[in-house]
Amino acid sequence: MLAYIIKRILYAIPILIGVNLITFMLFFMVNTPDDMARAQLGAKQTTPAMIAAWKAEKGYDKPLFYNEKATGTAKLTDTLFVNESLKLFWFDFGLSDANRNIAEDIRARMGPSLAIALPTFLIALVTNISLALLLVLFRGSVLDMSAMVVAVMIMSVSGLFYIIAGQVLFSKIWHWVPISGYESGWSGVKFVLLPVAIGVFAGLGSGVRWFRSIFLEQINQDYVRTARAKGLSEIAVLFRHVLPNGMLPILTGVVVIIPSLFMGSLIMESFFGIPGLGSYTIDAINAQDFAIVKAMVFLGSVLYIVGLILTDISYTLFDPRVTL
Amino acid sequence: MTLFFLWTDILVWTLVAAALLGGWMLLRSPVSRQKWVTIFRSKIAMASVIVLFFYLVFALLDSVHFKVDKPNGGTPIVSLLDMAMAHQKDFSERTYSAPFATHEYTKSIVVDAKGVSTQRYLPLKYVSSGQMLSGSIQGLLTGALIAVFLIGIHLLWRAKGSVGAHFKAVMHGNTQLPWRTAYGVFALMTLLLAWLYVMSFSYHVLGTDKVGGDVFYAALKSIRTGVLIGTLTTLVTLPLAIFLGVSAGYFRGWVDDLIQYLYTTLSSIPGVLLIAAGVLMMQVMMDNHPEWFASTIERSDLRLLFLIVILGVTSWTGLCRMLRAETLRIAKMDFVTAAKAFGVSKWRIMARHIVPNLTHIILISIVLDFSGLVLAEAVLSYVGVGVDPTMYSWGNMINQARLEMAREPMVWWSLFASFIFMFILVLAANLFSDRVQQVLDPRNAQ
Repeated sequence: MLAYIIKRILYAIPILIGVNLITFMLFFMVNTPDDMARAQLGAKQTTPAMIAAWKAEKGYDKPLFYNEKATGTAKLTDTLFVNESLKLFWFDFGLSDANRNIAEDIRARMGPSLAIALPTFLIALVTNISLALLLVLFRGSVLDMSAMVVAVMIMSVSGLFYIIAGQVLFSKIWHWVPISGYESGWSGVKFVLLPVAIGVFAGLGSGVRWFRSIFLEQINQDYVRTARAKGLSEIAVLFRHVLPNGMLPILTGVVVIIPSLFMGSLIMESFFGIPGLGSYTIDAINAQDFAIVKAMVFLGSVLYIVGLILTDISYTLFDPRVTL
Repeated sequence: MTLFFLWTDILVWTLVAAALLGGWMLLRSPVSRQKWVTIFRSKIAMASVIVLFFYLVFALLDSVHFKVDKPNGGTPIVSLLDMAMAHQKDFSERTYSAPFATHEYTKSIVVDAKGVSTQRYLPLKYVSSGQMLSGSIQGLLTGALIAVFLIGIHLLWRAKGSVGAHFKAVMHGNTQLPWRTAYGVFALMTLLLAWLYVMSFSYHVLGTDKVGGDVFYAALKSIRTGVLIGTLTTLVTLPLAIFLGVSAGYFRGWVDDLIQYLYTTLSSIPGVLLIAAGVLMMQVMMDNHPEWFASTIERSDLRLLFLIVILGVTSWTGLCRMLRAETLRIAKMDFVTAAKAFGVSKWRIMARHIVPNLTHIILISIVLDFSGLVLAEAVLSYVGVGVDPTMYSWGNMINQARLEMAREPMVWWSLFASFIFMFILVLAANLFSDRVQQVLDPRNAQ
């Protein structure tokens, strides 16, 4: 088990180096630092001196991969790639273009992101699975058919509409919850309710359909027929046989997103004014802050790979046939 | 007036040509022909395709551009759709007005001849009131005429032998394909559009936006953006996914390792962030190369093109993974071994024996991705990494409408228009893709 985890972590290193190379190429080779300086300073009256000063201030004045002017190993280390990209491996995100410490910002903003993302994830998981089981119990009935029609309709509406409609109905017209904002602790619950509810509802269509198809795949298997032949009630069949056997495909799809919950939701957080990582990213995109976007890309990839490793570990917990 | 091709126009017509060629090649084989007949036997699939067809027609109408020489100088680029909607494109009101309104939505301060200022609702400039009944009759009649004419042509074309017997069969729903449903949806859509179009000469049928622009026109223009992002992205995705996926599955060894490494790396970067990073870099590039575009329309078109390329480059990994797995399976089959024994070259085996056996996966992924891409456009435009802010798109409309909802009284029609236009498109695409998946996916075969 431990050996397997170590192997997987070692395997993740080349992938992260690849992620690093891709972001590096995107941010420093598609456009030269000179281009970025011109874009940041405004295209009109930029003198070469201003560009040089901007690059020196950000540390972007080094060569990309190989520094001829340096001596010894510094030839390879005193470069943009090592300074700007490899540093990320130690979670040293450096300073943003507005000279703020990115690592500190991220630590402060993870909490609010989780406060929205975690309840949404858990409540959605439970609701989706329960509804899917209910539909599988009544499969082929009018209830099942009409629920599937509703599910396709829910899927066909952009998430933006749910947020806007929710804010107008529950905050503007009925005044049940504040329209946006955030507080930590229990007093913040009123800010969290609406985003969580909307998040759960928006994912209902695709979620229920997905879980339903997983359970339907199981329900035609021989072991289900055997269970029925033993005289088990349909509900007992569902909970004792279909649900545990459906766990494996469910784990594949679900566990991988758990670490990414830290990243928060871009749209939700910016609409509701939650000071999390999602709105952090949006602000960075709008301010064209390359350092923050680069850091978030790297962080997102790390969390995704952690999710993949967790998925494999969870298999061993739920499926006795799998040993690592 | 000269024909003018924007970059995306060229691509969209290439795609139409490729789709026609691909469709013709698919239908040559009786097996896949039978599959498609099965798909369209479903009434829902037929109705969805008719709806999608209307969207496609608007997207294509908006993809034929002309450079018009204006007498007062300047050569604006306009599309066929712009010409048809010129009565709304060239004239705009001052500010918000509700659908079918005759007066502005907010009061303005007016100073009359005596110097007394009053607050009142000003009448709209380009609205002729009292046209409600006559306009409606005119519109519905036109729509009915067009619908009857086109359906009649189709009936005559489909009728083998007696037209009367065929007509009866359609009316009773006894045809192999559900033509009755198709004609019904077609007639309904034509009537609705004709009515809206004729009414748009006398009213703003979906109201006007903040600067007085017609919302109906904006929603129609947005069709092209949405449909293009949904379809052209596959034009970028497919070659990458097919070439890399099939090579990885067929050659195995180091080629497979390399390609797997490539898509694992790409897919581990969160999609929105990768797109955002790509678009940010593209903005910098375009800011530094103003010589690439001559006008704002060309600028926003170039940006749309880049966005499509970025979306394509970031979204081929899923399909590639599936194609690789399926190629691995097919390459072990006897007919591939036989082809190898006959000395058929590797590339020929891949092109003639493997890729045709992957078409169902490719087709399912095309129709499945479409609705997701249309929805993604709205989100990306909201985040600020979507299409150009000057471009008509549902994402931009929603983005503006978000602030209008906070107004008192609420300005709801922009949001309503983009909601309806998007919802119908995405719903039709989802229903159709469900059916395609149901029929083409071998796992569902009984």
